[in-house]
Amino acid sequence: MRTELDTRTFRVTREDLVAYAAASGDHNPIHQDDEVARSVGLPGVIAHGMFTMALAARYVEEWVGRRGEVLTLGAKFTKPVPVPPEGAEVEISGTCEDQGDDRVVALTVSCNGEQVLGRFKATLRA
Amino acid sequence: MPIDQSLVGRRFPPTPPYAVSEDKIRAFVAATGGTYDGGPAPATFPIVVAFQAMNDFLEAEQVDLFRIVHGEQRFSYERAIDPGDVLTATLTVASLRQIGGADIVGTTSVITDEAGAEVCTGTATIVHRGEA
Repeated sequence: MRTELDTRTFRVTREDLVAYAAASGDHNPIHQDDEVARSVGLPGVIAHGMFTMALAARYVEEWVGRRGEVLTLGAKFTKPVPVPPEGAEVEISGTCEDQGDDRVVALTVSCNGEQVLGRFKATLRA
Repeated sequence: MPIDQSLVGRRFPPTPPYAVSEDKIRAFVAATGGTYDGGPAPATFPIVVAFQAMNDFLEAEQVDLFRIVHGEQRFSYERAIDPGDVLTATLTVASLRQIGGADIVGTTSVITDEAGAEVCTGTATIVHRGEA
């Protein structure tokens, strides 16, 4: 069986990135400071890759209706998610498909029309 | 400065025990706009311990965190993480290659509970861009 999941849009602000840095322990300044981000060739402050992955996992877990059902989770960070002072939007859509004994969720995660996570896949408890 | 090739296969010391609490999970969930009323942690929560292991590794190798970007991340879970768990991550350098002046480092972090049982394995690819 294959199920289409509703498209959802998530707003990301720099305050979220500050909160995520504190909660995750990832204080890389490229997620807080435009100057440092530009010094390493980025357009400015970008979201933590794991912030975007956490949003995607939230999307999956809210669709499932509870946490603790994910068996594997993975993605490539294909493009940065720039977060200007006015914030950014991340759009997520996907499908859930039965594959053997597993249920596999594949997502499309984009920002400004570009895919920011590649091959996002989550395997769920059957 | 490129990262030393001899690191491949090296296992770093385990991170200090990390006590999972409802408050820590709630702060993590809130940062991505979700809500938490108890129960298992969200799927990407183990990054908290895996990141500590990564940070210790970068510090030991004198690599600047701001020169690092995350290329890929995978988790496989033996079980969900709950408040009350005490977790430790042990990082191994799995692969290392240089492309166009950047180091591409593959790491595996095994996360275990207080009893030493495996809870989750995180595999990460990080990209280190050296000074121009």
